[in-house]
Amino acid sequence: MRATSIIFRRELGSYLRSPIGWVIIAVLLLVDGILFQAFAMRGEQLSAVVLETYFNFSSMFAAAAGVLLSFRLLAEERQNHSMVLLTTSPVRDTEIVLGKFLAALTFLALFLVLSLYMPLLIKVNGKISGAQILVGYLGLFLLGATGLAVGLFASALTRYQLIALLVAAAIMVIMGNVYQLATRLDPPVRDVLSDMDLWWVRFQNSFMRGILNLKDVVFYLANIYFFLLLAVKTLESKRWQ
Amino acid sequence: MIRATNVSKFYGGKRALGPVSFEINPGETVGFLGLNGAGKTTALRILACDLRPSGGTVEVGGVDAVADPHEVRKRIGFLPENPPLYTDMSVVDYLRFAGELRGMSANAVKKRMPDVLEITDLSDVSNDFIGTLSHGYRQRVGVAQAIIHQPKFLILDEPTRGLDPVQIVEMRNLIHDLKQNHTVLISSHILTEISQTCDRLLVLGKGELLGKGTESELASTKGDIRQITVTVRGTDKAAITKVLAAIEGVTKVAEPYEAGGGQLFALSTNKDCRAEVSRAVVEAKLDLLKLDYSRSELENTFIRLVGGADASN
Repeated sequence: MRATSIIFRRELGSYLRSPIGWVIIAVLLLVDGILFQAFAMRGEQLSAVVLETYFNFSSMFAAAAGVLLSFRLLAEERQNHSMVLLTTSPVRDTEIVLGKFLAALTFLALFLVLSLYMPLLIKVNGKISGAQILVGYLGLFLLGATGLAVGLFASALTRYQLIALLVAAAIMVIMGNVYQLATRLDPPVRDVLSDMDLWWVRFQNSFMRGILNLKDVVFYLANIYFFLLLAVKTLESKRWQ
Repeated sequence: MIRATNVSKFYGGKRALGPVSFEINPGETVGFLGLNGAGKTTALRILACDLRPSGGTVEVGGVDAVADPHEVRKRIGFLPENPPLYTDMSVVDYLRFAGELRGMSANAVKKRMPDVLEITDLSDVSNDFIGTLSHGYRQRVGVAQAIIHQPKFLILDEPTRGLDPVQIVEMRNLIHDLKQNHTVLISSHILTEISQTCDRLLVLGKGELLGKGTESELASTKGDIRQITVTVRGTDKAAITKVLAAIEGVTKVAEPYEAGGGQLFALSTNKDCRAEVSRAVVEAKLDLLKLDYSRSELENTFIRLVGGADASN
């Protein structure tokens, strides 16, 4: 795992040096803040409802941040030919994927930390528990991390960053709306698809309301593992091509 | 030693390489020569464990590159056709990253850094961002990352590609220096580069190994025809042609033309008979102005090996 740490440091340094990561964070925070002011803060509402509204749209920004921070990670390396340094060094594909994922995850966490002022404003001016905020943020973190894993997988597929972005966005949109499709179907397919939903079922019904379900946490972790594994396997298969 | 046995590579149903077999001994500098699309880069990527072969085996220092690519990668330094650089990093940061990736400790990288910067002549730009460097310097950084971990084997794919004449000479000198401490494998389609740098050649064409050996070994096969040009002061073309045609080894004398203040004669020969030509010209009381290969020995060999169809591409 030494190589993971080396790649993590380089990648995180790249995020911190380049303006792209900061621009993504700044734009998402700006829009998040505007929506917070426009929708969450309108009229008199219960603090818990305000927080739910905040987590509702923030979840989309967390997922978007995940995809936007990761879609270029491997595609750009291939496009710039720097990938060869990694693939000809004594480094496993798992270490490459993990190093990049953890760096992006750290930057995502930074984004989430910077957005904390909004729920803290609600807490200061209303009556919500810290635990409710923590659970909501755990959900945002897991949703964002899933976006990262999906983005990393899409990035492993192609050298073209735009294609990687579109593939990742498509996967996230489909996974986040499976429930909508499921409601039009009969059991048991409906139940199976509902359980696979990333947003309506797994986020809105639990994390957004401050409810911590272990099965939801496991669901997100399983998805993250699945897409990271796909990214590793895609990298491995590229060596044969 | 690097030993490739029946190595082949297919991209889909298309054969890019092989099966080819060859050996590279420790301390040798071997040139992979071939036209574009001959399979040079594919072969080098397989040796560098960047690509898995479709068939055959590759051993590097006794280690199977397919079974244990991890171990092989520690022993190899690879400069691909496009140097694998991060333009947002400074030269030293990048080399530190490359060294640590190859398993060096931070201390070992720190100790090695001044040597690498000196060998590659990068000391002046060591703190500059790679993105601000010229193409020649970037190529040097590419070489530096390949040698930072002191690999036994160095693989350089088209190291002078895109360099200007001055940079080419500098790169050639750098490769000469590297030969002292590494077994070097260089690919190129530039004949002069290969002939001036390598001890031995592997000639590839359409994915097949067409010839291997030293320049003279390759030239001596299949009844080689060499070309010599001789420039002589004089006006009696017929007499001079007669003198030259009488020399042992000369098989044909082409129609002369005026060049370099005299008449230039192109001779086809079946052996190296430059000494005989110069002696015959002097004994015929003619002024010898210039004597040279009209085409390098290697170029002759190369064109013969890759065949007319390939050569005309």
